[in-house]
Amino acid sequence: MSTILIIEQILNGLQLGIMLFLMAAGLTLIFGVMGLINLAHGSLYMVGAFAASTVANLTGSFLAALVAALTAAAFAGALVETLIIRRLYRAPHLDQVLATFALILIFSEGTRLVFGSFPLYLDIPSALAGPITLPGGIAYSKYRLALIVIGLVVALGLWCLIERTRLGTQIRAGENDREMIAALGVDISKLYTIVFALGAALAGLAGALVGAIQSVQVGMGEPVLILAFVVIVIGGIGSIRGAFVGALLVGLTDTLGGVFLPELFALFLEPGAAQRTGSALASMSIYILMGAVLVWRPSGLFGARA
Amino acid sequence: MRIHETAVNTAVLLALLSVPAFAWWTDEPFTITLATRAAVLALAAVGLNILLGIGGLVSFGHAVFFGLGGYAMAILAFHAQNYTELNLGIGVIDGTNSMPVIWLVAIIVSAITACLIGLLSLRTSGVYFIMITLAFGQMFYYFAISWSTYGGEDGVSIYVRNQFPGLNTLDPIQFFLLCFGLLCFTLFVTARVQRSAFGVALNATRQSRARAEAVGLRPVRLQLVAFALSGAITGLAGALFADLNRFVSPSMFSWQLSGELIVLVIIGGVGRLIGPVIGACVFVALEHLLGGLTEYWHIALGAILLGIVLFGRGGVLGLLTGQDGARV
Amino acid sequence: MKRLLIAAAVVAMSTTPAFAQVKVGMITTLSGGGAGLGLDVRDGFMLAIAQSGRDDIEVVIEDDQRKPDIAVQLSDKMIQSERVDVMTGIIWSNLAMAVVPAAVRQNVFYLSPNAGPSALAGKGCHANYFNVAWQNDNLHEAAGAYANSAGHKNSFILAPNYPAGIDALTGYKRFFEGDLAGEVFTKLGQTDYAAEIAQIRASDADSVFFFLPGGMGISFLKQFADSGIDLPVVGPAFSFDQGILQAVGSAALGVVNTSQWNKDIDNPTNAAFVESFEAEYGRLPSLYASQGFDTANLLISALDTASPSDADAFREALRAANFDSTRGDFAFGPNHHPVQNIYAREVIQEGDVFTNKTLGLALENHSDAYAADCMM
Repeated sequence: MSTILIIEQILNGLQLGIMLFLMAAGLTLIFGVMGLINLAHGSLYMVGAFAASTVANLTGSFLAALVAALTAAAFAGALVETLIIRRLYRAPHLDQVLATFALILIFSEGTRLVFGSFPLYLDIPSALAGPITLPGGIAYSKYRLALIVIGLVVALGLWCLIERTRLGTQIRAGENDREMIAALGVDISKLYTIVFALGAALAGLAGALVGAIQSVQVGMGEPVLILAFVVIVIGGIGSIRGAFVGALLVGLTDTLGGVFLPELFALFLEPGAAQRTGSALASMSIYILMGAVLVWRPSGLFGARA
Repeated sequence: MRIHETAVNTAVLLALLSVPAFAWWTDEPFTITLATRAAVLALAAVGLNILLGIGGLVSFGHAVFFGLGGYAMAILAFHAQNYTELNLGIGVIDGTNSMPVIWLVAIIVSAITACLIGLLSLRTSGVYFIMITLAFGQMFYYFAISWSTYGGEDGVSIYVRNQFPGLNTLDPIQFFLLCFGLLCFTLFVTARVQRSAFGVALNATRQSRARAEAVGLRPVRLQLVAFALSGAITGLAGALFADLNRFVSPSMFSWQLSGELIVLVIIGGVGRLIGPVIGACVFVALEHLLGGLTEYWHIALGAILLGIVLFGRGGVLGLLTGQDGARV
Repeated sequence: MKRLLIAAAVVAMSTTPAFAQVKVGMITTLSGGGAGLGLDVRDGFMLAIAQSGRDDIEVVIEDDQRKPDIAVQLSDKMIQSERVDVMTGIIWSNLAMAVVPAAVRQNVFYLSPNAGPSALAGKGCHANYFNVAWQNDNLHEAAGAYANSAGHKNSFILAPNYPAGIDALTGYKRFFEGDLAGEVFTKLGQTDYAAEIAQIRASDADSVFFFLPGGMGISFLKQFADSGIDLPVVGPAFSFDQGILQAVGSAALGVVNTSQWNKDIDNPTNAAFVESFEAEYGRLPSLYASQGFDTANLLISALDTASPSDADAFREALRAANFDSTRGDFAFGPNHHPVQNIYAREVIQEGDVFTNKTLGLALENHSDAYAADCMM
């Protein structure tokens, strides 16, 4: 296997990881600040993709589509938070799992009711279509490269927001002691709505960005949701830094596992069987990674508490 | 209070028994099949309830044991059906279509697997426990999908239901009574376990791990035993479920199924002996009635679940008896 | 007129109640992912029933949610409670394997409008099971045959790692005479194909064959088109049916795919079907809709000569396949699977709508590889 191919696969792993980070960041923020397990986060990803597709088909502008995705997901998030989620903050994890599981059902079938059962169309903007040649002669998709850049910029922005702004201070304070910041006069329920909407917007953005190279359909959020949970558990729940490292680990393991495990098995099995065994193991690989990390560090890599 | 609870328990079981009895009388075999489905799902949820209700451990991967039970049945019956031998690596055995043997295998395999998963998972707690059990579920799911010997994603069909000495298991009412009998027996055992020294100690561990440790209990060992017991019961239910459908597939390992089992326990009332039975009956009835009304019945199901979480703490039993179930 | 005659015959016998109803149970996927396929089959089927004008056929429709255990439960309900004579509707092979073997052993006829797993075509064939669509391998075999005629010598092939995926690659290899530049099994439900596309780019393939049904295929095609790799792509019709082509968009243009049906196949039945389907439902029919339509017409043709209560006569009537198919010629092989032409078609754009144009025959009067194993 050539070096060029290996570098290209590493880029692919990075790109998957960065997109997972957009999902995982919101999930981990919501858990860190409000202590909520949100299974419906994948539905917000779907909302973003559907909004983007609708607006892109109406206006023809990808930028407008991204704005629509952010707005629609943030709005849906704020709405759900105000109506339902805020009653769950003090509830046991079990109730949160059940209630947000119920929200998945409602979101999925509701979307199908409105948009029908067939997948929608969303294409990448023409400016970013096609491959670009990187130093060393690697032909790589412009759009995927853009995804990596956008993801990194968002990660940086999120870091600035949390470390450098007043809102960030409140969020960090909320993670440590919610009674205390309420006593200090911060409007805690408004803060929670904002954090939830922020997480939702990130999920919606990821949905729109990824929707352009995948298929926009009902149920697209759940596989990503499971991956995002794997990411935040590996990274340590509540830790943005953990989510970043976890996302890259999962992205690289999934991509490189799918490529190299079959090659590995081909050394001692006949090709067809090697392909099947290798890809079977590859689809289990991230869960094996997660199990291993938890056995080694029961609160994840950067987790402080369970 | 004890009398009240016993009366509710008896009433629920009698109700579950009366539906198929009535259906048998009026010759509506499908209603018996539905009642059997409810009884088998109830059995699986009774298993989960030991871990969830008494032990306070939210397993999001109980489909592993359900699936193992199902595949234990499918593999043994598959070899019996095709008259082929089953190579275990250490030796070769024949398949079987005898239910008692299949049940025993399902229970033992599930219990051993539960011990192994428990050893690793119980190092974590809270959300991490939920997620690591989910991870094990996904591992088994993807393994089953790529296991081409037994059909991969297509699963395995068994043409004729397995045999139980002295019964005609293909007759819906006889098979129902078999499942119902096992459910009652398991409920009886569970009630005894709940009141035993082990059950009390496990309950104490759920309420305060630190205090339990202070009085000399060993929480992890208690939880491990609960995990194995819970897994074994759910595994048995999996074997029955496979025989009910005469079919298994990797979807028995899916995370949605783990979620549904939790839903069953919560609808009925967490930690209550009869809770899972009520939950399973309500769920099967909803699925059947709402599913017949509209394609979009998932919306209604979601709304009902939300209603239970937000307003009906303690599930149906909580509403009936006016008190919450166990806090988890 | 014919119905009058039958009514007269019934009255003459007077031992059976007037107008013996035929009950059909349809289990198909109407909610969740993949609901589009079930809707098409249902709509095609019901269109044919409506056009026949018969009022002695009662169709009970249930949604399996694409879950095998729900499908089994519904099948029990159809047989035990509704007491149906004929069943149909299942889209997915794994659901068919869960339902069909048990159903046909309870003396119900099953007409498959879509799934055709190899187990039911070979050793597991059954006198009461008829497949009106194709055996699963057929379209892949045709893709292999087309690749030969198009002069491809070195194919990169990929499919998900599950039974239908393995069958797909086996089917392609059975007919393709060139070499393989690579053979990859992807994860079921995978949506990102960057890694596989990089492998294709690095290989010396001159063509790509893929079987990735549903959303997987949409994702792959969009990403492949974006990668700038300029290789001809061949696939079975499943990723290019009318329902999902709009979601793939221009990424699918020019791709050659194999199908037993297309809307431009030239026969009066097909022309009437395409026109009436569009008029009734406001969308173009897909191959799934055509299969549902053909299934219903097969059933109606058999009911014209026999009743399901006389199982042997009804079976003979089905086997005769005496109906006008949207595909033109249609006959059953010895294992009750179709012997039919399979065409190569190309994705084109007509105004705003993406659709397919028939290029020519890929395989003529094609049967399947498992018929010899069927001991019926």
